[in-house]
Amino acid sequence: MANVSIRQLNKKYDNGFHAVKDVNLEIKDKEFLVLVGPSGCGKTTTLRMVAGLEEITAGEIRIGERVVNDLPPMDRDIAMVFQNYALYPHKSVFANMAFGLQMRDYPKDEIQKRVREAAEILGIEALLERKPRQLSGGQRQRVAVGRAIVRHPEVFLFDEPLSNLDAKLRVQMRVELKRLHERLETTAIYVTHDQVEAMTLGTRVVVMKDGLVQQVGEPLELYGRPANKFVAGFIGSPAMNFVEVSLSGDGRWAECQGMRLQVPERLHRLGGKRVTLGVRPEALRLVNGAEAHCLATEVDVVEPLGNEILLNFRAGGVPMVARVDPGTRVRAHDAVRFTLDPARLHFFDPQSEAAL
Amino acid sequence: MLIERKWKKWVYFYLPMAVFILFTLFPFYWMAITAFRPDAELYATWRQPNAAPLWTLQPTLEHVKGLLQTTAFPTWLWNTMLIAIVSTVISLVCGTFAGYALARLRFPGSEFLGTAIFITYLVPQTLLFIPLADIIRDMQLGNTPWALMLTYPTILIPFCTWLLMGYFKTIPRELEECARIDGATRFGAMVRIIFPVAVPGILSAGIFAFTLSWNEFIYALVFMASADQKTVPVGVVSELIRGDIFFWGQLMAGALLGSVPVAIVYSFFVEYYVTGLTGSVKG
Repeated sequence: MANVSIRQLNKKYDNGFHAVKDVNLEIKDKEFLVLVGPSGCGKTTTLRMVAGLEEITAGEIRIGERVVNDLPPMDRDIAMVFQNYALYPHKSVFANMAFGLQMRDYPKDEIQKRVREAAEILGIEALLERKPRQLSGGQRQRVAVGRAIVRHPEVFLFDEPLSNLDAKLRVQMRVELKRLHERLETTAIYVTHDQVEAMTLGTRVVVMKDGLVQQVGEPLELYGRPANKFVAGFIGSPAMNFVEVSLSGDGRWAECQGMRLQVPERLHRLGGKRVTLGVRPEALRLVNGAEAHCLATEVDVVEPLGNEILLNFRAGGVPMVARVDPGTRVRAHDAVRFTLDPARLHFFDPQSEAAL
Repeated sequence: MLIERKWKKWVYFYLPMAVFILFTLFPFYWMAITAFRPDAELYATWRQPNAAPLWTLQPTLEHVKGLLQTTAFPTWLWNTMLIAIVSTVISLVCGTFAGYALARLRFPGSEFLGTAIFITYLVPQTLLFIPLADIIRDMQLGNTPWALMLTYPTILIPFCTWLLMGYFKTIPRELEECARIDGATRFGAMVRIIFPVAVPGILSAGIFAFTLSWNEFIYALVFMASADQKTVPVGVVSELIRGDIFFWGQLMAGALLGSVPVAIVYSFFVEYYVTGLTGSVKG
């Protein structure tokens, strides 16, 4: 069991690409930390530096009390699950799982015991004699996880382990991984580009972009109080709607497509300026006409998903999405009116994109 | 496969295939049949009554016997085998390590080195044997098996290195990274994980190296003088063609017996050979 601390971590490749910039993270013991972001944001590079597979340009990584910057991967007491599973194709499932223990000279009966135990947890006892090529994607995934857990490492590292699975299996394995983490209580760092995975698995989630940490927080914190426009747009599906609005001279009101929105008190000082308004799809409410200051528009695409209906429309040329009750009867090209829940509005600085 | 009309399949597939097979296999058939025909048939004209130019009416082992008893053929066979095996092993060991290094390690000049090795492969043997002969003489290796065991790798190592480099590149890097996290050193991961996975590639490089050294002619002709040091290709040609007399029966018997070991090696490893050259590993 260990905490991981990453201080002022930087990675610059030989070709000059600055992949990771001044990352600072404190990962607590037993925590499940998820790094999420679009491809090329530096999340995998960060993970690989923790694993020791990538050299650190500057900064420091500690696992427990040890600085591991110059330790080879084998001495860091970590286990890693790769996106393509990286099972040894010439070894049986048992030998795959036993390899790490054999390399560390564990006695034979201990290896037997640990592999059986891990196989039982993952429900792959029947597959131990098979070769990786005889397994389905989901089974390979389990073996890869099994190979990591037999070692009882201090830290688990996951590099997009679910992205090669089909959608249904991915949801199932997601739950299993969470259950497994609760059972094993080992510190885990998990990299994904899928924000749903990040939100469901993470005790805390780190959103990264262009090598920089954008925000670190619990899933609902990221959703409810995004630190900037990028986080707001990245977390949540469908994504948050953004519209540019002007504040009235005294800063109390914002004008937007015929709507007058009450602006929270903290923003009154910005009177007269333009700000970016962020609205979650569920913060838009359909209304029946009479209310003043509504957003009147026409729906162009209706997506009935069963548990909810997504209405796509345009407001002043900007495409927007609203999430409404499944009982709602709306068809494409119907004229509709929306109001906004003033308590659930987000405001961002149009230049710096930071939350206001 | 798409469903096609039957006659189309015959015209576009079976017929060209048949022509191709005939074209490739006829020389082998001719070699085999010549080895078992008596001299009387071999030197008879095609117009003579009862002539069967494509077949033999009285098969005989006389040429094979003559070859084994009157020439040093068994010695040549042994020389060839020994030289081919030793130079194959040397080339495989060097080629495997060099191929791995070029595929995986990033060091200054690694790309230049890779290209340089490839360029040495492009220098024709017919030019290279002249300086090599000089070296062989200086080292006093002429007329010993070492002359060939050490010169064949000069062409084989570049080839093995390039073939294996390509093969190592198809093996996912993660396999090795995972092994290193599992507790193996770089060398350990290479030997325990990468080499076993690369067996098809290593085998096909080995087969290629073996065949090439088995059939090699110029170096063997230049560096070996005495009859008891010769390899099969040189021995057969130099001892069984005397002046303008061709001992066709024995020549072909020698060619036949000389190609059997190679055929056996191929038949055992043909599947590995194909996967080795087309290269595909799934993790």
